[in-house]
Amino acid sequence: MGKTLAEKLWDSHVVRSADGEPDLLFIDMHLIHEVTSPQAFDGLRAAGRPVHRPDLTLATEDHNTPTDYTLPLIGTTSITDEVSRTQIETLRRNCDEFGVTIYPMGDADSGIVHVIGPQLALTQPGLTIVCGDSHTSTHGAFGALAFGIGTSQVEHVLATQTLPMDRPKTMAVTVTGELPPGVTPKDVILAVIAKTGTGGGQGYMVEYRGDTFERMSMEGRMTVCNMSIEWGARAGMVAPDQTTFDYLRGRPHAPTGAAWDQALEYWKSLRTDDDAEFDAEVTLDASRLTPFVTWGTNPGQGAPLGAVVPDPASFEDESDRLAAEKALAYMGLEAGKPLRDVTIDTVFVGSCTNGRIEDLRAAAGVLKGRKVADSVRMLVVPGSVKVRAQAEAEGLDAIFIEAGADWRQAGCSMCLGMNPDQLAPGERSASTSNRNFEGRQGKGGRTHLVSPLVAAATAVTGRLASPSDLPIA
Amino acid sequence: MEKFTEHRGTAVPLRRSNVDTDQIIPAVYLKRVTRTGFEDGLFQAWRANEPDFVLNQDRYDGATILVAGPDFGTGSSREHAVWALMDYGFKVVISPRFGDIFRGNSLKAGLLTVVLAEKIVQRLWDDIEDDPATLVTVDLVDRQVRWSGEVHDFALDDYSRWRLLEGLDDIGLTLRHADDIAAYEKRRQPWLPTVTSA
Repeated sequence: MGKTLAEKLWDSHVVRSADGEPDLLFIDMHLIHEVTSPQAFDGLRAAGRPVHRPDLTLATEDHNTPTDYTLPLIGTTSITDEVSRTQIETLRRNCDEFGVTIYPMGDADSGIVHVIGPQLALTQPGLTIVCGDSHTSTHGAFGALAFGIGTSQVEHVLATQTLPMDRPKTMAVTVTGELPPGVTPKDVILAVIAKTGTGGGQGYMVEYRGDTFERMSMEGRMTVCNMSIEWGARAGMVAPDQTTFDYLRGRPHAPTGAAWDQALEYWKSLRTDDDAEFDAEVTLDASRLTPFVTWGTNPGQGAPLGAVVPDPASFEDESDRLAAEKALAYMGLEAGKPLRDVTIDTVFVGSCTNGRIEDLRAAAGVLKGRKVADSVRMLVVPGSVKVRAQAEAEGLDAIFIEAGADWRQAGCSMCLGMNPDQLAPGERSASTSNRNFEGRQGKGGRTHLVSPLVAAATAVTGRLASPSDLPIA
Repeated sequence: MEKFTEHRGTAVPLRRSNVDTDQIIPAVYLKRVTRTGFEDGLFQAWRANEPDFVLNQDRYDGATILVAGPDFGTGSSREHAVWALMDYGFKVVISPRFGDIFRGNSLKAGLLTVVLAEKIVQRLWDDIEDDPATLVTVDLVDRQVRWSGEVHDFALDDYSRWRLLEGLDDIGLTLRHADDIAAYEKRRQPWLPTVTSA
């Protein structure tokens, strides 16, 4: 029997395999950031251990960093929160002491860790990639085996460049059909999660297959793979193809010359064999999708934009029913209310899910010639310094500023309540990020997850909306 | 890591599903660079805003076993969630299903996470709500949870069980295989990317 892509990636990284023990996997690329690494470096120091492969380790600063600074930066003075500043300074000190390359905030190569890896082509097909961040699954879009790890494992990878792991099962998510106008990769993954529930992928390495993904850009594939963790999957991946190779060619760390040819030959072998079998399969018809939004407090609590807030009594499963009741109470929503009638205070475009150039182009396309409603504040936060520069080169910044949006520096920003960009208690957002958990965007904040297109249209109307709801600009 | 063989204590019923790690400890507590002292962040929003929240009820004071609904520990990879539970005094978390990364983190850090079927969890909830003094035994040697005459086996892979029973450091175990790692490194393709060469 043939192998799935995930099995090929796994098997080619097994350093050691023994009965009754987890496999020891080699890690090709380890990305670190300020939040989940300090205790790992402390552990190394306490045990007198060096970083085994500094050449396969890259650090950046993203979670804690403000997004309203002006260049040039002097030290960490732009970080006003003392605890955040200490954490950033600790990362810089640790990288210096252990010889790890770091792109500090504001650096031309800095940005959200899951945006800069692909941008630098340190993310490549066939690699194992880990990071102390659950959205590491993003890198699977290149046909890599990529997953988030905890701080104990960060220390383990720093010390050994390996991880002991049991091989997860495999699942195929096959999506077919052309995306209707206004429907984006974000809507595809939100629909998958609503279908499977937040635990549906638990214990699986997922391969996204089918012609919908084959037609999708790398940015779109990254959005989909990014949210694999939101339905519990250990990793998500798309087999590399010409779209992948075209994206990588010429980027800073992509192989060149003869090495490119060798790499390409290998990359082309990274496909699920025709006679391989998955442990589970999910299918979805993309041609019937409409824009999707969440109404609750986990990413599985989503519905088409044209639907109404569901009645908790309609859920068969008791724990789903209780979860829905609790979610509606937290969100301040009543069953039966059309989602298009939900008024929004803040719109956030950005994050490792939707902070790439294509996302900014989509949002700018909607906002061009239109205005953000007076009742709405809109933050547009590029995923990296390079994305910001590219957007400015394309004139997107002017469109955002003209529309009345706030054009900001790169970082994780309002995706999570760790930096100054936060929701106030009770404030309601339409957000292109990945989590609508209680308090995720700030204590008491209420989050509706949406695509960049829905985010931009919502900013114009002040209510959840899609571009097709807007009058011609 | 401390050895874990058997734990006996009282338990708290957390009748909620999908308790993500943002609820276990909000991001604002993650700015710290220490590995201990996270107990103040545990379930911070619920403890602050819900007077009836289980951890605010005196009757469950001193409990060391948390009994939660399905999909406990989903979301963010923050190991701080495990540290906060341990710092607060929990030794064991029982749930019908855990988020993968949280589960891995817990077993690495020495917090035993036990999977029991949802209907058994519901029975345990009922029993500890009826009598919060109910003593629950979590036996890693026999892989059993026992209380008030109830006996339920749970699954845990032999390797994780052995590591917990012996209190072994994962890194130390891996470094015993440094030769295998070196041999693998020699086999790697020369064109694979490194951070230092561009």
